[in-house]
Amino acid sequence: MPNLEELKSAIKEHLPDLDMVIGWEQGFDPLRTSPIFMRSEADIDKLIWSPLCVHNLATYLPNLKGKKVGIVVKGCDSRSIVELLQEKLINQDDLTIFSMPCDGVVSIRKIQNAVGDLDYVEAVEANAETVKVTADGKTYNLKFEDIAASKCGRCQYNTPLISNVFIGEPKNEPKEDNYDDVIAFEQKSEEERRAFWMGEMDKCVRCYACRNACPMCVCKDHCVAQSRDPHWLTQEDTVENKWFFQMIHAMHLAGRCTECGECERSCPVGIPLLLLKRKLNKEIDELFDYKAGTLIDATPPLQAFKVEEENINERGW
Amino acid sequence: MSDVTGTELRIVGFLCNWCSYGGADTAGVGRFQQPTDLRIIRVPCSGRIDPLFVLKSLVNGADGVLVSGCHPRDCHYSEGNFYARRRLEVLKRFLPILGIDERRFEYTWVSASEGQKWKTVVSSFTERIHELGPAPVLNPALIKQAEAIL
Repeated sequence: MPNLEELKSAIKEHLPDLDMVIGWEQGFDPLRTSPIFMRSEADIDKLIWSPLCVHNLATYLPNLKGKKVGIVVKGCDSRSIVELLQEKLINQDDLTIFSMPCDGVVSIRKIQNAVGDLDYVEAVEANAETVKVTADGKTYNLKFEDIAASKCGRCQYNTPLISNVFIGEPKNEPKEDNYDDVIAFEQKSEEERRAFWMGEMDKCVRCYACRNACPMCVCKDHCVAQSRDPHWLTQEDTVENKWFFQMIHAMHLAGRCTECGECERSCPVGIPLLLLKRKLNKEIDELFDYKAGTLIDATPPLQAFKVEEENINERGW
Repeated sequence: MSDVTGTELRIVGFLCNWCSYGGADTAGVGRFQQPTDLRIIRVPCSGRIDPLFVLKSLVNGADGVLVSGCHPRDCHYSEGNFYARRRLEVLKRFLPILGIDERRFEYTWVSASEGQKWKTVVSSFTERIHELGPAPVLNPALIKQAEAIL
């Protein structure tokens, strides 16, 4: 990565004024990365930037409110930061955002589907066209577009929307997002749709990883899913309970979800949770012409109203 | 009293204290014939209605959910129903992807003096739910378990 050294020196320059800088480091094997909280120059040398840096680090920011924090972001992550700033969950004055344009990240799940077994990965070479994965002594040449995260195929924000230190050349080739996946799913019959979710939710183990990874789920310790008063959900692992939890998650993100896909990525059983949130985003875009996390000064549409709504016809039934 | 033939279905109605609950009362005082499938829950304002109330009702086996509040601009708290209107419209459009028929949920505005309108609303909504029939059972195993205990 040509700009990594530039990024490291920029972070070194700013670190004395900051409590920490959040970035990515090599994980337990060459395929996995993990977040790193850099507090010293030695930590900064561990920083990496590659298509394997999949986590949305903005998730950590609300809990670090009040500290001087630096953060390394991709374009999509910057949207989450804009949304957090807009809802005043973090202070812009405390934040130093380091960003570079992004060409997309991989989906570990898609690599797993292509390779079969990912318990032990010996080597990974990733560039903009191909990803070479060596696992169990065999080498697989995978085309990048086949194993890229689904969100990257419709990315509108390769260039971050907000940054204090921007390194590299801005990219201006947004892809189209027509919500094709949502429309295709809705063309199935109602029974198929319901059966699909019943089957998916049956797999759910109620680990709440989707909620914990979500940068917008900020009431984690007071989540209605676990509160006894009101007692929205029981502790039973019935399909209804699990399904209703996902409805709660989706409704609480209506008009706020920035589609970073962390819910889906972190799900240990691979439930396509982003589909529910994208459906809501599609409707909110149609009703209120609004995309979450694009404007710091905007008000989320469900926290506002117009006396005359242009796109709601509530008298016509 | 019921003029509905056949078995009743379970319809949950969330009615605002200031308008629609009064409207339903007016309809009762006026002795209008109404179907009796609706179970009314009185709430202080349509703005109090969390979309999760509706989803919870539907997931737990309601055949239909009706929300009714004051006409926009007539809210007792000035703007409660404006917020409700946005939330409920988003909710209505969210239901299809879950595999729930969005016709099972409806929201409307009825004022305290509109007894006749209330009768029309409740009759046509009940009729619609009867056309759709009972809501599909989500988890047959659980229902069997409950029946065994009873």
